[in-house]
Amino acid sequence: MNSQSLLDRDSFIELNARSRARALLDAGSFRELLGPFDRMTSPWLPRQGVVVQADDGVIVAKGLIDGQPAVVLAIEGTFQGGSLGEVAGAKIAGALELAAEDNRRGTPTRAVILFETGGVRLQEANLGLAAIAEIHAAIVDLRRYQPVIGVTAGTVGCFGGMSIAAALCSYLIVCREARLGLNGPAVIEQEAGIEEYDSRDKPFIWSFTGGEQRFNSGLVDAYLEDDSTAIAAQVRTFLRQGRPDSLRSDCYAGFLARLAEVDTRVQATPAAVRELYKKGFQA
Amino acid sequence: MEIINFSYPAAATAHGQILVGVVGSGDLEVLLEAGQTGATTVCVTTSVDGCQPVWHALLERFFGSGEGPALRVEINDFGATPGVVSMRIAQALEEMNAAQGK
Amino acid sequence: MSRPTVHSRGAIWFAALTGNTAPCAGYPASLLVADSTLAGKTARFISIIPDSDNRFPRVRNGEIGLVEGWSLARAVQETIAADRDAATKRPIVAIVDVASQAYGRREEAYGIHQALAGAAGAYAEARLAGHPVIALIVGKAMSGAFLAHGYQANRLIALDDPGVLVHAMGKAAAARITQRSVEDLEAFAATVPPMAYDIANYQTLGLLWRLLPGIAADAPSDADRVRVNETLAAALADIESDATRDLKCRLGGVNRQASSKVREMLTQQW
Repeated sequence: MNSQSLLDRDSFIELNARSRARALLDAGSFRELLGPFDRMTSPWLPRQGVVVQADDGVIVAKGLIDGQPAVVLAIEGTFQGGSLGEVAGAKIAGALELAAEDNRRGTPTRAVILFETGGVRLQEANLGLAAIAEIHAAIVDLRRYQPVIGVTAGTVGCFGGMSIAAALCSYLIVCREARLGLNGPAVIEQEAGIEEYDSRDKPFIWSFTGGEQRFNSGLVDAYLEDDSTAIAAQVRTFLRQGRPDSLRSDCYAGFLARLAEVDTRVQATPAAVRELYKKGFQA
Repeated sequence: MEIINFSYPAAATAHGQILVGVVGSGDLEVLLEAGQTGATTVCVTTSVDGCQPVWHALLERFFGSGEGPALRVEINDFGATPGVVSMRIAQALEEMNAAQGK
Repeated sequence: MSRPTVHSRGAIWFAALTGNTAPCAGYPASLLVADSTLAGKTARFISIIPDSDNRFPRVRNGEIGLVEGWSLARAVQETIAADRDAATKRPIVAIVDVASQAYGRREEAYGIHQALAGAAGAYAEARLAGHPVIALIVGKAMSGAFLAHGYQANRLIALDDPGVLVHAMGKAAAARITQRSVEDLEAFAATVPPMAYDIANYQTLGLLWRLLPGIAADAPSDADRVRVNETLAAALADIESDATRDLKCRLGGVNRQASSKVREMLTQQW
């Protein structure tokens, strides 16, 4: 790549969480809540000899999108793999709860969540898990009033309990560099063996859980280049569309019908998943 | 993990708040804000034990003259090399200086 | 070949609480669903049990797989739909004994995260629609499986028993990932309450509504059954007397103070 094309590139993935949040909000509207100088850090990491980050790896940014009130919740994948402990989790859950409360009082606050996370932070295990349950609860509450938009751009991807949170969103946007799945590859390999899942085989992992495959299987709503402008535009498009007619997480009948067609005697392939899910998730 | 505190004489207090960096592998975050007039305090939390002399030498170069503004400096380090540490502190001070002009 | 009898607290407590009510037809063998009586009202009881013949090979030991996730969603969504126009909404009792989510290639390929979102979302929608939702933890409540089945309940009740365990990751996997022996992990975890595996430490987080001591979790007596039923009825009354449908009652635990502090500061700065 020559230097001019590098300069022209408007990469989203190369931005840290704070800059990603800023890139999605209307210019000049960014205001951070519970920022690094509030020093609301993890009370649990120092007890285990682990260095904290001043914002515990989650940015809560209020502002405007399309001139309407919005809150962007951005997870910093570089800090502890984007894992969620008590404080980081409470920042996301608490902000979503306030956004829902806004709506009940007549202020149409919308939310965008930027997922770069391995899920629960192991050092805060049960507090991370409890916070993720509260995040699920808050997304389901808020999505009754306004669309909740999830973005997983890469490079950490979105795993564990937070992949469930992503799957609860009204709309989900991914890039090629993103992976979306419940269990991390290493954990599957540990639990099920290397024959089942080779965590070091990158092309294999991406072929099942990568952004392109998830889009071609209908498990996400938009697949974009790694470009800040394009991602910000897609967020606005979904917000203008309003709440979707049908939520993917409500399509139990359609998914059960599709899964009944799976021949479970043979291993899954990316092509088989695409072929099956092409039929859609309506019953 | 080790927590090391340093204190340096300084001039009048600065204003503003600056954050640079992240607590990721081989990196660190530096938080700068106003200190109490006459003193700059630096609190380093580092994942690497036993490097107090390195931190001492490194911070001395930035704050040892006693002529800079009074700052409260907090560093959360995740195994950054001295080069990366110097780069981040320089970046933070530069942004702080720019903020003073406003 | 006869099916091996698998010890399952999920099955034992489902039977103890639903008595002679026949389970609803049409669900997979890994899921028990029945409309039985709780405090004189009809309530839906849901339990996950091991199915050694499960069509999906990685879901034969009581895990929650793709079909289990979506079937939980169905069991809850059908209750919401049936009561849509009813003044009082049927209570839902999740009997929780779930070893884990399923780990496998098929599971990731067909989107198990979406299946668990179907289940978690359904429970949350039921709670918001006014259905009292209670989780009764009688065994393991692990990670993604607990998120899908139980963690969205208005009230969490656990039996105070060594086999009752809430955690984000199994001991063996957590030990491998943190490069410790299981014994070391247990010793270390016991000093950090959110990492601990025992239910007594979990209680200090403030998430449980009640911890019930003295119940024979593997073989409940009639008296045990009555006590658990009474506790479920008390939870139901507590939910009905509470105007809110959120999870705020989980806040305030001695080892979960930061969760309250974060919300307090966010509210101030909002």
